[in-house]
Amino acid sequence: MDLIESYAEELQLIRRPWTRVWVGILLVALLLLPWYAQDSWIYIATVIFIYSVGALGQNLLIGYTGQISFAQSAFLAIGAFTFGHLARFGIPWPLGLLAAGVSAGLFGLVVGIPSLRLKGPYLAIATLGFGVAAYQVFVNSETLSGGRMGLIITKLSPLFGLSQLSFNYYFYFFIALFFTLLTYNIISSYMGRAFIAVRDNDIAAEVSGVNLTRYKLISFAISSFYTGVQGGLYGLFTGYLEPNMFTFMESVTLFVAVIIGGLASIEGSIFGAAFVILVPQILSDYKEMVPVVYGVTILLVLIFQPLGLYGMWFKTRLYFRNWPFR
Amino acid sequence: MTLFLQYLVSGLATGSIYALVALGLALIYRSTRILNFAHGDITTAGTFMALTLLSLNLPWALAFLIAIIFGSGLAMAFYFCVLVPAQRREATHLGQIILTLGLGLILQGLVAYFGGTVPQSFPFPLSDIKIYNLGQVVVSELSLGTFFIGLLACLLFYLLVQKTRIGLAMRATSENLPAAQTMGIPTRKVLAFSWGLAALLGVIAGLFLAPALLLDPFFMLEPFLKGFAAAILGGLNSLPGAIVGGLILGVAESLAGGFISVAFKNTMAFVIIILVLLFRPEGLLGKEFKERV
Repeated sequence: MDLIESYAEELQLIRRPWTRVWVGILLVALLLLPWYAQDSWIYIATVIFIYSVGALGQNLLIGYTGQISFAQSAFLAIGAFTFGHLARFGIPWPLGLLAAGVSAGLFGLVVGIPSLRLKGPYLAIATLGFGVAAYQVFVNSETLSGGRMGLIITKLSPLFGLSQLSFNYYFYFFIALFFTLLTYNIISSYMGRAFIAVRDNDIAAEVSGVNLTRYKLISFAISSFYTGVQGGLYGLFTGYLEPNMFTFMESVTLFVAVIIGGLASIEGSIFGAAFVILVPQILSDYKEMVPVVYGVTILLVLIFQPLGLYGMWFKTRLYFRNWPFR
Repeated sequence: MTLFLQYLVSGLATGSIYALVALGLALIYRSTRILNFAHGDITTAGTFMALTLLSLNLPWALAFLIAIIFGSGLAMAFYFCVLVPAQRREATHLGQIILTLGLGLILQGLVAYFGGTVPQSFPFPLSDIKIYNLGQVVVSELSLGTFFIGLLACLLFYLLVQKTRIGLAMRATSENLPAAQTMGIPTRKVLAFSWGLAALLGVIAGLFLAPALLLDPFFMLEPFLKGFAAAILGGLNSLPGAIVGGLILGVAESLAGGFISVAFKNTMAFVIIILVLLFRPEGLLGKEFKERV
């Protein structure tokens, strides 16, 4: 669609002037949100930012590298509890978050090892096994999970004279923004192209000089790093952790976010995160129907719109760009 | 020694349930290369159907029959209404697996909405409390019944697959789909039949599992995951493997729970999955496949 003439242009984050304008407007609108929106909106937006981090990581793995993982709940739990225990020792949050990501990333490497031999369905089961086993370890071990009372984490105290709500909003907004930009950079670098090559045809990728072992493992590690950070952020946000927050459903939710948002698209991951947060909010009177809405949307998306919400957005944009031609 | 035999016997009873679940999963995987993530939820829906009918004072045989038909119908409807259109639009394998996940979510939500999330007890003709003594080993009527139904279902299933025309068609379809189509086998109908049969085995397992546990919309999740483990252990491609895997897993779990620790009992299945996939991905009885990258 776009004619790209130089490598510098390929690396550009935004190519068209109009896109710059509306991305700018969007950012300003998000920055000013605490001034005009209701408290509940600010809260929901904050949770969406937290979820976007994990959805981005999951999309790097599923959408870009073409590997599948149902172990996200385990990485969430590992990240969250690493962060929780470190926070209790008085370690400051930036280090704690980093450690949460790194420890989840290390476990991601371990889970990634089967991905070298297994494909598709078998990998799904191996990761699912790891996810459930990790959950049970956390449930059964009181030293890890902080016992029956759960793990209490002190929340961040607001700076700059902001209220707790708006401070949280800005804090998670900038973290989500950081991870979004990081993901854009990963995708447009050599590493991102290697991931896509592995997804499209692994043997051809190997022949063209992509080290399959290395890039599959890196993909698992990065994806679980993101998820671990999400776990840490979640702990920091709620101020309290228990193993039952990280059941198999949590992996499914992240998975649904990526599928519905759109595979292999960064905007899609954020749309998907917004979807999985907004649906339970809208259906708060009919909690049982939430999985039904997820399921029906999955069926519709996979049959009619394989690129998900991002695909719809993309097609609308294309329509208006080419208007009145079709 | 008595203790060992006791664990062995109770393990075999649980194992036969796992074997039924695993058989359904392996059947679908063999014929369509799809991992059915909705298997547990189809089973749950069937079991809730039986509970509803029993509360309407229907005789249990009729209620169970309708529940089984209901489960099979669900699976066949899913095959015809969702999978076939998706295949026409050239959905990938991964996409089809995700479709079953979607169906699972839908059924789980609907069962929770109509059946309620409160755990309920399931009335059953065989009692959990009535006990027989076999030598020094004690067996409840329910475990005995479960074991025999499991064996019977496996036997009938074996006869169906190996000795009948439709079994032959099923084997041909799973072996080579285009060739089967060329030979005039109505592969869509055969595959739909496989889906229905798999759901049937699952609902039977669910009906015999429900009285031992309490019935809530998530009661099949754990047995379903263990059925997966059993199918992997025996080899996803192999039907006898699923039965053997189920029995081995049941016994191993029961022994681990008795001699090591109860906490380890539930984790066992998942450790087995990971170990098998790492060292022998084709399973115990599966045909060897090699993919090196």
